[in-house]
Amino acid sequence: MSSETSGTPLVEIKDLSIAFGGIKAVDQASVDLFPGEVVAILGHNGAGKSTLIKVLSGAYKRDGGQIFVNGEEADINNPRDAKQYGIETIYQTLAVADNVDAAANLYLGREILTSFGTLDDAAMEAEARKVMGRLNPNFQRFKEPVSKLSGGQRQSVAIARAILFNARILIMDEPTAALGPQETEQVSELIQQLKKEGIGIFLISHDIHDVFDLADRVAVMKNGQMVGYARTEDVSKDEVLGMIIMGKCPAGAVAGPGAMQEA
Amino acid sequence: MTDIPTLHGAAKVDKESPFIRFLRATEIDARLLGMIAALILIWVGFHFYGHFVNGFGAFLTPRNLWNLSVQTSSIGVMATGMVLVIVTRHIDLSVGSILGFSAMSMAILQVWILPEFLGLGHPMIWIITVVFGLLIGAAIGAFHGYLIAYLSIPAFIVTLGGLLVWRGAAFLLARGETISPVDATFKHLGGGPFGAIGSTGSWIVGLLGCTAAVALIFSGRAQRRRFQFPLRPVWAEAFLASVSCGGIIAFVLLVNSYPWPKGIVKQYVAANNIETPVSEIFISHGFAIPVLIMIAVGIAMTFLATRTRFGRYVFAIGGNPEAAELAGINTRWVTVKIFALMGMLCGLSAVIASARLNSATNNLGTLDELYVIAAAVIGGTSFAGGIGTIYGAILGALVMQSLQTGMVLIGFDAAIQQIVVGTVLVVAVWIDSVYRRRAK
Ligand SMILES: Nc1ncnc2c1ncn2[C@@H]1O[C@H](COP(=O)(O)OP(=O)(O)O)[C@@H](O)[C@H]1O
Ligand SMILES: [Mg+2]
Repeated sequence: MSSETSGTPLVEIKDLSIAFGGIKAVDQASVDLFPGEVVAILGHNGAGKSTLIKVLSGAYKRDGGQIFVNGEEADINNPRDAKQYGIETIYQTLAVADNVDAAANLYLGREILTSFGTLDDAAMEAEARKVMGRLNPNFQRFKEPVSKLSGGQRQSVAIARAILFNARILIMDEPTAALGPQETEQVSELIQQLKKEGIGIFLISHDIHDVFDLADRVAVMKNGQMVGYARTEDVSKDEVLGMIIMGKCPAGAVAGPGAMQEA
Repeated sequence: MTDIPTLHGAAKVDKESPFIRFLRATEIDARLLGMIAALILIWVGFHFYGHFVNGFGAFLTPRNLWNLSVQTSSIGVMATGMVLVIVTRHIDLSVGSILGFSAMSMAILQVWILPEFLGLGHPMIWIITVVFGLLIGAAIGAFHGYLIAYLSIPAFIVTLGGLLVWRGAAFLLARGETISPVDATFKHLGGGPFGAIGSTGSWIVGLLGCTAAVALIFSGRAQRRRFQFPLRPVWAEAFLASVSCGGIIAFVLLVNSYPWPKGIVKQYVAANNIETPVSEIFISHGFAIPVLIMIAVGIAMTFLATRTRFGRYVFAIGGNPEAAELAGINTRWVTVKIFALMGMLCGLSAVIASARLNSATNNLGTLDELYVIAAAVIGGTSFAGGIGTIYGAILGALVMQSLQTGMVLIGFDAAIQQIVVGTVLVVAVWIDSVYRRRAK
């Protein structure tokens, strides 16, 4: 599972910081991502993973640092800007509007219109059926409010929405948290497939077992800082656990600013 | 967790009554039925109260019901906008004052200013005035929306301030004077014998309505078939079609059975050199123009809410504001548009209300906010956000106006009217929250 990690990265986050009322949720964090690559961002709950990617997806405004997309500095101030750069996000909190149906959620913000400028529900539903067929072939409840769906189905709606618009950069924040084993397997297959299509994926998890086999590289966060980076070939799961729990960087990893200082 | 309600629901299905089965087949909302029941109760109640206590039941007469339809228009028009406001978890307390301010501005324009330039009774006066009134309302609403969306001031506070500010401003415009009479054509927008479309016109409107209702049922069925959605049984479709057409025809018969008053007929006869004796002439009012305006607004707003991108955003924001923002919707801009639309509808209601009075007074629209909010809530708009219908709000407006008219007819004084309206508002919200908890 080799991927290209030379040349221009798809995304490069440099020294990014954001604080909430004095708490440095993300502190000078840097990470990059290449086409066709899966980078797992790992760390305990509260490490700052979601906050970091929410800056990239435009949900939060950063206090400092830079974001580059294809080598050019990107100006991301809101979710619309991020989508312009081909960045699609599946949020940990499953950002769906419960009171409207699956097709409406898939196209929320990017509706297909008829030539009269009205909503083209038929076209949206047809497309929704196609993309949902890839993810969750049994799914049929396109016309019901999302609140009526199970956790797994809602998750598939959120994922489908992200891949519907030819994302180049996909962020998945704990995507399998609400899923059963079979659905988790489907998501893993989807990730492999998207990877082949050259999409770069940030895969966020607090559980290393979920992601270790899917990821090309890991980036570990602790207390808002980057502990270190490693190719999954160069480190063991136990070593990565050491990074997550103690901030201890093993030999196969590159230390970041948050690494435990060797006394 | 998710299994329990399903089991519960399955158990319910087994022993459901014929009535529930009927509701399920026709897909009539139990809530809609409740509203119609409340309406019938109010109408019959007031009629017989008048009959037995005052010796004269005045409610269920063509004259009263026709007037009721006209009086409902102003509240009904604003209630359709309030649905969108409440769906997005906001509130607008300033609608009555915006109405007052717009009405006063329009009166000044059409009575004091335009006749100077165009001459009294110029046919453009009413058009310019109406456009101006709509723009004033929309501008005030947009300003409120800006304060709410971009300066993050709660809608409750912005519009509470607006309630006072615009009422005060309306007073200042004409130093409290009443401006009257309004332009002769403008006046027809408020109803009255010449502000109604007559018998033939009403039949045409009614038949168009019936055709549209049947066409909607057919196209809905075709749509469901295409989406492989369960179809309603044919008897249920037939029932819905006949009830809608029956209702429309009954409405036409009602407005056509209310004749012009004798005095007006006399003038008309004199003006047109008619030979027939006045006592033998029966000229129907037919649908009043403000009622047609309300129906048109209802249709347009329903279209906006269900068929356009804007409407979809309104409901998505109401369902989950954060998700809507993350999906890339410019929620602030949508909020500005919602309040601007609300303001424009206040301007339209100002047209209806001042035309009906044939004047603009400083206190026009006072307390309308209560009626409008109550109408939306009675009509099924939820303060929790994300849920509401336009037709429900119009029916809600009819309920509120029926209460109001009924109390006036049987001679309740203003103090009691206020107590009743206030109580109904609170009870309606309470019932709504109980209903929604049950529905979950
Ligand atoms: N909107 C917010 N307001 C205040 N504090 C926040 C907010 N979002 C996150 N935080 C804080 O930032 C830190 C990082 O949170 P988060 O990024 O959600 O962690 P993770 O996703 O790694 O579990 C936590 O201490 C959290 O309490
Ligand atoms: Mg998180």
